[in-house]
Parts: sequence; structure tokens; C-alpha cells
Amino acid sequence: MGMTMSQKILAAHAGLAEVRAGQLIEASLDLVLGNDITTPVAIRVMEGFKSDRVFDRDKIALVMDHFIPNKDIKSAENCKCCRDFAASHEITNYFDVGKMGIEHALLPEAGLTVAGDLIIGADSHTCTYGALGAFSTGVGSTDMAAGMATGKAWFKVPEAIRFNIVGKKQKYVSGKDLILHIIGMIGVDGALYRSMEFTGEGLKELNIDDRLTIANMAIEAGGKNGIFPVDDMTVEYMKAHGNRPYKVYEADEDAEYAGEYTIDLSTLRPTVSYPHLPSNTRTIDESVRDNIRIDQAVIGSCTNGRISDLRAAAEIMKGHYVADGVRCIVIPGTQQIYLQALEEGLIKTFVEAGAVVSTPTCGPCLGGYMGILAAGERCISTTNRNFVGRMGHVDSEVYLASPAVAASSAVKGYIADPMEVA
Amino acid sequence: MEAKGRVFKYGDNVDTDVIIPARYLAIQDKKELARHCMEDIDTEFVKKVSAGDIMVAGRNFGCGSSREHAPIVIKEAGVSCVIAETFARIFFRNAINIGLPIIECREASQGISAEDEVRIDFDSGIIEDLTTGRSYQGTPFPAFMQEIINSGGLVNYINKEGNK
Repeated sequence: MGMTMSQKILAAHAGLAEVRAGQLIEASLDLVLGNDITTPVAIRVMEGFKSDRVFDRDKIALVMDHFIPNKDIKSAENCKCCRDFAASHEITNYFDVGKMGIEHALLPEAGLTVAGDLIIGADSHTCTYGALGAFSTGVGSTDMAAGMATGKAWFKVPEAIRFNIVGKKQKYVSGKDLILHIIGMIGVDGALYRSMEFTGEGLKELNIDDRLTIANMAIEAGGKNGIFPVDDMTVEYMKAHGNRPYKVYEADEDAEYAGEYTIDLSTLRPTVSYPHLPSNTRTIDESVRDNIRIDQAVIGSCTNGRISDLRAAAEIMKGHYVADGVRCIVIPGTQQIYLQALEEGLIKTFVEAGAVVSTPTCGPCLGGYMGILAAGERCISTTNRNFVGRMGHVDSEVYLASPAVAASSAVKGYIADPMEVA
Repeated sequence: MEAKGRVFKYGDNVDTDVIIPARYLAIQDKKELARHCMEDIDTEFVKKVSAGDIMVAGRNFGCGSSREHAPIVIKEAGVSCVIAETFARIFFRNAINIGLPIIECREASQGISAEDEVRIDFDSGIIEDLTTGRSYQGTPFPAFMQEIINSGGLVNYINKEGNK
């Protein structure tokens, strides 16, 4: 019996010719990631180890992105804890204000995540790097600490669900709409403990930014990882963003899947997740009928803060103005994306439209700062979670959508179809 | 080893944002953090919980953010075990790694009510509802995980492995 793409990467890193679903393995890691929320907890866990050495200072990435530039004294102390640790252990890939970006936008851009890698990160959206053909998954701080100390982690080999993507997408349909559609179809635990493997001729319709968005939200279906095959687009992206050697793994033809779905992109509509679960999806046509007034629009995050996302939002907003009573917050994912957006005139478009543009930060996505909601307020957001209280007060509401839908909604003042504005 | 206590009952998809909201994540002191456990879905929890109490929930408990603060605050609040139909995978790992006992059992998740008195035997995986007299068989851990739990969490496990 053959192996899935995820199983092949796990087997190779465990030094085994073959692994089976359900098997417990110990595997060597190519990268261990943490941020300013999870790393301080991991550093305290490491104090319990007999040795405080790290396994490889080049294979650890610490990204200050959640509460920086620091929002208060406690977050400043957490960042200082990470900064001191990075300095004393001479961590190569430490990213602070001025160099940082939102971790899952930053690391692929910096060439630190490539095809064939095995990556863990103390952040649930670590599954993003599957877009490039890596096996990457989120863990907690204790696993991160163990990974930093030993370069290894234990895994239970997952089964996989295969998503066969076919057809061509309509205008204003993006990777975000596809992944929201899938989560709506299978539920927030539809891929629990499993890999989500994407295949099919329709993948050529999805650029790397789309794929990063899709893999990023695998966790919102309960998935252990999301993964894409490596094609010309992937190779071109990796070559443009670094020189680390990569390795291409392919699923065996006789690999077994726990489930299979075929999705025709041509049937997809822009999709919106209503409060309070990402699986609570509607098409934009239903949302328009529901006439949902908004108070805020957030465009950014590790899900949708990349250059394609900003281009999509700017294309809609150009020549328009954010509706009265709406606050529109745009957050480029990294310094590089910020600069590129400046050069392309996108930042000018946003500011002229009455939006604010922030330095990269996770900020509002998790209700940290930079756009917290009051009781009764409603936000359309390109982020990844709409749980109770996620962006502020427990009586506030978050609707998840693509950058094009968030931008058109900001202009209209209610959840709007991009076709209404463009 | 066993746990015995009164039940706090929750539904499906209890996410780590409601277990411990992000607005408190900069707090490093565990006791201070634990004062906000479950705050966004159950403001009574921290007022009523006593040492040894048990949480019973539905599917996908602990979904969302990977924050280890979630199992930490539940343990720090005094909860001796979480029973659920299923756990989100990162929460599952984190609970084992920090030594918070958890058990998957669909029948117990559905059959046990809030306020029931429940006893759990971790070695056998048997869950007894002392209020109703019913008992359930939970899923025992694979040997590898049992070893981590018996070591008192991943830190001690790794220290022990280093001695080999």
C-alpha cells in the first residue's frame, strides 16, 4: 500500500522506508518556530531541561509579531524575554521590529520554509507552509521547547483527505473562498487529526499566495496539516525567495485516503463565514440579501496579508471611499510586502480611500490591539477565526471573507459583492 | 491514579480563545491567568470551581489557537480531568505535555450532566457517574503517551531519555 505526500515526508524525517497511519514516530525537524506569545512559555519550559542548549541555532525562528510594537508593559517584557534568549543563544533567525513580519507571511518570503521540510511551530497556523510542499504543523510551547532542545518531535502519522480541485474560478473568487467553502462543507472538525492534501488540474488556477491562504486555514477544519504538490509555480517561488535546497515528495498512486472530495472552482462564489464558527458559511449572494451593516473592515493577517491580497483590495477601493461609520484597517504581512505595496501605489490608494495602514502585526485578528471591537459591533475581516470574543467584546461579531469582499464591504458599509463596487 | 469531582458541562467546539482570551495572554503568572479561565463562555466557572472538579464537553474541545495557556489555566483552576467526545489535536498534545489528564469518550460526553459527581480511573479508562450510577469506557492512551504522562510531562520524559 502506498503513502500519502505527508506520510512520505514524515517517513523520510524518521529515517524509515515506510510509515502507516496511526504509527507513532520520532522525527528530525528542519525548523522550529515561535512567536512573542508562545516563546516565553517555551523558554520557561526549557529552564526545566538539564541543558539549556539549542539543537541548531540556524534552525530556530523567533518572530515577534503578535503584540508588537509592544502594546503594553507585559507584552514588552515578553518580547524582551525572547530578545535576550535569542541573543544569548545566538539564534540566527530572530525577527524584531523593523525586520519582522507576520510569521507565516515572513518565513516563506525569507526562504526559510521549502518543499520537503518538516516544520513545527508554536502557533496553530504553522500549517501554512504546506503550500510549498512542506509538512508543517502547529504545536504548543512545550513541544516547541523540546524541539529547540533536541531537534526532534513525536508525531502520530495522520491519515489524509484528498481534495481534487478542478475547473476555472470566476472573477473575485480566491483561495480564501475555496478554503472557507471547504470548511463549510466538512465542518470545523471535518479533518480532525488528518492531513488535507490538495491535488488536481485546478491548482494551476491558484497562485502561491492563494495556496498559502488555503494551507493556513487547514487548522480551521481541525486538520493536522494542509499540503500541495510541488509544481513550476512552487519552484519559481522558492528560487525567488532563497537558496535552501528543497526536496520534492509525491503521493504514491495507490495511497489510501480517508475521504475524497472533488471541487469545481467554476461553481464557487465569494464566500463569507458568519459568527461564530469558520464553518458557518454563506455565499456572497446570501450575505447581500441579509443586508449586514458593518462597523469595521480588517484586511491583513497571516491568512490574507500578502501582496496579492493587497492588490485585490486596492483594485476594489481605488477611486472609492470607505463608507461613513466604517473603520477600515489594512495590515501588510511583512516589511517587504509593505514596501512593494508602496512602490505599486497600493498604500496611496488605501490612504486616499480613508483606510489606515498599519505596520505588520497580528493585532486585531486575535483581539490583541489595533482594532478591538465594542459590544454590538460587527467586523468583516480577512482573518481566520470568528469565535466568540475573538476580536474584542464577547457581544461583537466577526465575519470572515476574502480581501475583495472585505474591501467592497468597507466601501459600501454592508457586506457587499465586489461586483457591486468594481 | 484516579480523579473525582463535580462536573462542569460544555458543548461542541469549545475554542482556546474562550478558554483563555488573547487579551490576557501577556500575563505570565499562572494563578493570575487562571482567574480568567472560561471567562468568555462561563463567567461563573472560576467562582464555582473547586480542586478535583471535572470538565465534560462535546466534539473538538480546545480548537483554534495553539496557546498552551489553555490547558495550563484549566489545570491551574483545579480541574482534574477533561472528558470530551474528541479533542482538537494541538490541545490534545499540549494537555499531555503539561500533564493535564484528558479522556475521549463519546458516550460519557453525551450521558453525563452538569453537577454530576464523576470518578475516573486513568489506568483502566473507566468513567463512573456516581450521580446516575452509569459507567463508561474511555479510550486509553497509547503506550508512548502513557510513558510521557507517567514521567509527569514531556520535560521530565526528555530529561529521563537523556540519561539513557
